[in-house]
Amino acid sequence: MSAQSAATSRKQLGAPQTAQQILSWGRYPKVAHAHVYKPAWNDQVPAILRDVAPGSLLPFGLGRSYGDSCLNAGRHLIDCRRLNRILGFDEATGMVRCESGVSLSDIIDVFLPKGWFLPVTPGTRFVTVGGAIANDVHGKNHHCAGTFGSHVRQIGLHRSNDGLVNCNANMNGNMLHATIGGLGLTGVIAWADIQLKRVAGPWMDTESVPFQSLEHFLELSSESNERFEYTVAWLDCFAGKNPRGILFRGNHTADHGKNFLSKRGPKLPFALPAWMLNRYSVKAFNSAYYKIHAARKSASVVAYDSFFYPLDSIRQWNLLYGRQGFLQYQCVIPETNVSAVKELLDRIARSGMGSFLGVLKQFGSAPSAGMLSFPRPGLTIALDFAMRGERTLELMQSLDEIVLQSGGALYPAKDARMSPALFESSFPRWREFAPYIDPKMSSSFWRRVTGAQ
Amino acid sequence: MMTVTTHRTATQPAVADAPTLKKIVILGATSGIALEVQRQLALRGCELLLVARSPQRLAEIQGDLETRGAPQVFTYSADLASIQQHAAIFEFARRTLPDFDTVLLAYGSMQSQKEAENSVDVLLDELLVNFTSATAILTLFAADLERRRTGCVAAITSVAGDRGRRSNYVYGSAKGALSLFLQGLRSRLHPAGVRVITIKPGPVQTSMTDHLPNSARFADPEQVARDIVRALERRSPDVLYTPRIWRYVMTAVRQIPESVFKRLTF
Repeated sequence: MSAQSAATSRKQLGAPQTAQQILSWGRYPKVAHAHVYKPAWNDQVPAILRDVAPGSLLPFGLGRSYGDSCLNAGRHLIDCRRLNRILGFDEATGMVRCESGVSLSDIIDVFLPKGWFLPVTPGTRFVTVGGAIANDVHGKNHHCAGTFGSHVRQIGLHRSNDGLVNCNANMNGNMLHATIGGLGLTGVIAWADIQLKRVAGPWMDTESVPFQSLEHFLELSSESNERFEYTVAWLDCFAGKNPRGILFRGNHTADHGKNFLSKRGPKLPFALPAWMLNRYSVKAFNSAYYKIHAARKSASVVAYDSFFYPLDSIRQWNLLYGRQGFLQYQCVIPETNVSAVKELLDRIARSGMGSFLGVLKQFGSAPSAGMLSFPRPGLTIALDFAMRGERTLELMQSLDEIVLQSGGALYPAKDARMSPALFESSFPRWREFAPYIDPKMSSSFWRRVTGAQ
Repeated sequence: MMTVTTHRTATQPAVADAPTLKKIVILGATSGIALEVQRQLALRGCELLLVARSPQRLAEIQGDLETRGAPQVFTYSADLASIQQHAAIFEFARRTLPDFDTVLLAYGSMQSQKEAENSVDVLLDELLVNFTSATAILTLFAADLERRRTGCVAAITSVAGDRGRRSNYVYGSAKGALSLFLQGLRSRLHPAGVRVITIKPGPVQTSMTDHLPNSARFADPEQVARDIVRALERRSPDVLYTPRIWRYVMTAVRQIPESVFKRLTF
């Protein structure tokens, strides 16, 4: 009987017999994993942690990290998507307790009708709570609200050596700050308490303002950050040193009443042929995008999802970049170093390899909650590059030099190739973080940037 | 215009209106498909009574469903494979949700076919969980609905029960027998206006099937749950194949002559 129940429990833990290819959002690098565990209940996690070898496991959510920070080549993943229960909600305070596999999309669907919204949201709603914590994600309201992690009050963390550990400001505070932005390396998050925020309704009062230079952007952004909860700019990365772009800014509003139905958008069915995205087609797109927005009426009330998640309306948009996938480059550069930003944009423009998803945002000064958090005061730039082999990697390396010299940092959630030296200078606290890593955990990213085994 | 009067005879259903879907008993509430069905029922504002083994897991689901909109969620912890516990389960349901309108049986077990071939204990265990215990508990609930002349009995069997296959015939025969049981029960409850729905999913991505080859290509439990909830809300069909393609696949599979079928290795 006990042998039988052991067999059953192994089956329930869901260890498939075949190697599985799991891709991150950038679809690069393409690596295989030994096993993907799929626990459906938190009570199954301790056994998985007990059974795996040291340094062999990494939690996985919705796979929206772009590079290899959510991958664990040749080793195991623990897919947390079935741990997707909302365990409790306090209507009076807006505190929600949920398991780590709950998606931000789910939280919006359940709580927005009750008048609550995410305190911080990234540009896609299809990330898990665990992933949002592990990457300490930021959003368009970083200048007011800081990072996602600063709204996490408490977590329950499965550790291979000391069981389920409660972490909050008063208890295991360091473990909490290591787990926020900790890239999933400190253990498996069982549940988290997140402080939601009251909003007037599902509508956004928005404005879009064109700009023609970096100075113009900075002026506009500083002024907007005082009056608007959310600001972000789209950037035409073919324009060079004096980038043109559109600043989008907005506040929540109740203007259109409370009734709201989300639409389900189209889906890209397969990877597009690589030649479809070339410097001419992308340049033409960028030019048209700028002209349409610059000419359009600048103020309007829109549904929250088209303001926060324009890309979510095309499911699997990452297939746009073809079978080889793409890399995203997101860095932050201290604001005192405007010339470095210009140099960076100039190199990208001259390479002609940029894409249409150029994003520019001025971070606020609130300190991030995690030891390895990416957001810090300065200007953050995010750009996609279709993977075209060596020349793509060379361009990104030449951008790295500017980031390194300016005292900036790269974002691990978007990275598949930064050097150990750049990681070290981006995250000087990593050695302080390292002791909090769970002995059973590791990732492709971590081994690459620290040389860990 | 002449008025058409209908005479209700013993063989005609007593209830002709759209089925009510308000108070539902779920047997095997922690199964992969049940989890998704319950969420969708919660969104519709249904009251739920959940039966499963683990009190802790039940408490987790209860919190989730109540947050998502279920007005009330009752839980009862019991082992459905243990027939001695059935009377207590049924008593609890009658006490807490006396006017339940639907009972959905969602539990099952799929142990290794090889083990079932080599161990009579495993074989009998599979039959007990998937067939014997299921008929026992459904008999209790069906009698109550028949007496009240209302409601719906639904049970999740499997496309595996439509034909005995080399690789999976122990599980398949138990599910096939359950399908036959439901067929007879449907006929018996028809005069009382009680619906019986046989739910036959194809392979679904749940904890039960993770160990099978190609499990990544199995159906999404959310889609399967949508089909199930739609079937519960409507007056048809009697037998639901989900995803729908399986109705056609199994129609074809059933046509294969036995002399050919016995040579197939799947």
